[in-house]
Amino acid sequence: MSDDLKTTLNVYRGAAGEEAHYDQFDVPHEEGASVLDALVWVRENVDASLAFRYSCVSANACKECMILVDGKVNYACTAKLSTGTVTVEPLAKKKLIRDLVTDIVPPKERLGSVDAE
Amino acid sequence: MMRVSTDVFVVGAGGAGMYAAIAAAREGADVIVADKSLISRGGATIMAQMTVASAVGHEEPDHWTHHLADTIEAGHGLCNEELSAILCEESVTRIHEMDEWKVGWARVEGRMTQVHAPGHGLKRCVYVDYLNTGPAVARALRGEVAQRSGIRRASGLAVIEIIVQNGEAVGAVAIDVESGETVLVEAGAIVLAAGGLTKLYKRNSASINMGGEAYAMALRAGAELIDMEFVQFFPIGHLAPRMVGMDPIMWDPFRYKVGGRLLNGNFEEFIHNYGASDGGNYTARRDVASYAIYKEVEEGRGSPHGGVWLSFDHIDPKVMQEKFGPMIGRLAKNGIDLQKSAVEVSPIAHYHMGGIRVDTEMKTRIPGLYAAGEAVGGANGATRLSGNAIPEAFVFGERAGKFGAAFAKGRSRAPLDEKSATIVLSEPKSQLKKGAAPDGSATALMTELQALMWEKVGLFRTGEKLEQALARIREMQSDDLRNITIPDDAPFNQALLDWYELRAGLLCAESVTLAAINRTESRGAHQREDIPDASPEFERNQTIGLSGDQLVTGWADVPRISYTLEEKQAAVI
Ligand SMILES: Cc1cc2nc3c(=O)[nH]c(=O)nc-3n(C[C@H](O)[C@H](O)[C@H](O)COP(=O)(O)OP(=O)(O)OC[C@H]3O[C@@H](n4cnc5c(N)ncnc54)[C@H](O)[C@@H]3O)c2cc1C
Ligand code: FES
Repeated sequence: MSDDLKTTLNVYRGAAGEEAHYDQFDVPHEEGASVLDALVWVRENVDASLAFRYSCVSANACKECMILVDGKVNYACTAKLSTGTVTVEPLAKKKLIRDLVTDIVPPKERLGSVDAE
Repeated sequence: MMRVSTDVFVVGAGGAGMYAAIAAAREGADVIVADKSLISRGGATIMAQMTVASAVGHEEPDHWTHHLADTIEAGHGLCNEELSAILCEESVTRIHEMDEWKVGWARVEGRMTQVHAPGHGLKRCVYVDYLNTGPAVARALRGEVAQRSGIRRASGLAVIEIIVQNGEAVGAVAIDVESGETVLVEAGAIVLAAGGLTKLYKRNSASINMGGEAYAMALRAGAELIDMEFVQFFPIGHLAPRMVGMDPIMWDPFRYKVGGRLLNGNFEEFIHNYGASDGGNYTARRDVASYAIYKEVEEGRGSPHGGVWLSFDHIDPKVMQEKFGPMIGRLAKNGIDLQKSAVEVSPIAHYHMGGIRVDTEMKTRIPGLYAAGEAVGGANGATRLSGNAIPEAFVFGERAGKFGAAFAKGRSRAPLDEKSATIVLSEPKSQLKKGAAPDGSATALMTELQALMWEKVGLFRTGEKLEQALARIREMQSDDLRNITIPDDAPFNQALLDWYELRAGLLCAESVTLAAINRTESRGAHQREDIPDASPEFERNQTIGLSGDQLVTGWADVPRISYTLEEKQAAVI
């Protein structure tokens, strides 16, 4: 890891119904790192309250980590982290839960919805 | 607080949990299957890319007793042979059933293709092309689960604790991840199918949901664990450069098929210094490779990221293309060109042989509490044969669901007091602070725990290192865990779940370490540098349970069966 290489993550914050804002985090940049690596670094080192979804880390199997990276739909775990500023936002077409988490749960996989049937 | 009630509550929706749900529903039970992630996506099942062992005998004559013999041999004297026999025999039924559910096992002219995998006496392992076994299994089971009206699915439900009343499991407390709401589940039977613990090691092949929560829930409910010291490390897991979309254990077939040279940080071959000849095809035994890599790194001759190099530049590009076709392209996407540069590899934690102690009906010692899948200990003894974990998930899942349903049927359910949930969730309440800047985070502590386990409770252990680890783990439990601030941010408060996960992870880490201290010998995956030989007096299973908040260990005779190798039969299709 080299000191002069870093990325500024510009992150959408806020829950459904709240006014959103963007937080900036300076994260170290390592060769080959993914956007997900940077988000995990932020949660671990700066702000544990940052919300995002993922499970498989690098297998690209769970498909839970989809977000907008610089405006484009992408998997956080396969999107390579560039230097400079990278903006991450929740999927625009899904209902927002909080921060980068959107409602991607299939409707019939919800305990509440199923019980109400 | 939300309340739900069901005959069978399945915790975890990987291969084992989904199979349990289906089997319970087939018995007429109503079922809720919950996963803290999304159904079928959160654990090891969907990540597996390789093979599934089953004596279906399509490739060459085989019989499950031969599969059993290989399993027991790999287990170094510690297999619970009753469980191993069930695993091998019923694997055949389950593989055919998965076939009916259109998993898509690779076939040639109607016969399933079976390959040879290390440790098996013959070609026994089915798979789904290309490197798609886990995703195909997950998809097929997800479809079957969705089709059955008796099954309610609950994605995003993190189960925290099993509720035990009068010595019996009667329900569970969970948190709905998205809303933060508490969910109280009343159940006639509970199946713990929440997977393994390899996430507790710094280098692992795990998803983030494999921190050993099933084991911790079982312990806290009063059930016993068995053989927790046996963590399987895979010798040449991927280390660097960063690679995504591929199984970190995928170098093994490369090495077997074309031969890959292992080189230390000075680009010198080293395997021969450890008594193995790696010859022209570079197929040194896995344990020798692990040990040699570990030692090179320890003595300062590792690669930049602390592993060794795996190099293929001596192989003809045509051969590489022929053997690995589409994989070469996927590697290129990661900026890896094997003709130009080597990759760094290292042993990684991959599977847990130990786990919840069950009988042949998958029952724990707590009535109403069942377990399945990697969460169960015993069937694979001191090391697991490759390809045995997915059938284990199917077979034990099916049994846990079936027997759990039968138990639930004969039982009346009394409504649970909401207080039981409040008590369970009271623990970190004082640590929750609105919008507070984190005062150390659970994830940072998890990272510390992973490094500690890797360095001191990893591949090669010593009494001294184990004692140091135990002391720090206990301090983390009594001190660090209680002193972090948890941001009080619903919805989707991952930080709160991280706290529960850390608590569970620490209890598992303590169990593994304590068990490793007690086993003063080397056997299978448990290797003590200070005591390199196996000793006959330790040909016993080690049990562990909670008494108050103290872990108590003991020894038990290994369950044996007598069996004869049946004449091999080729399957008639
Ligand atoms: C990368 C990789 C490759 C592998 N390759 C092979 C192979 O080729 N062949 C083979 O036989 N085996 C392989 N294995 C091992 C095998 O995949 C696993 O042992 C098996 O899939 C375990 O199935 P399971 O259902 O018990 O657990 P999992 O599939 O891990 O499922 C457990 C589920 O429980 C959920 N969960 C965890 N905690 C909670 C909680 N508190 N509340 C609610 N839900 C929870 C998780 O989110 C997860 O979805 C591999 C493993 C890995 C990691
Ligand atoms: S983390 Fe699983 S696909 Fe991205």
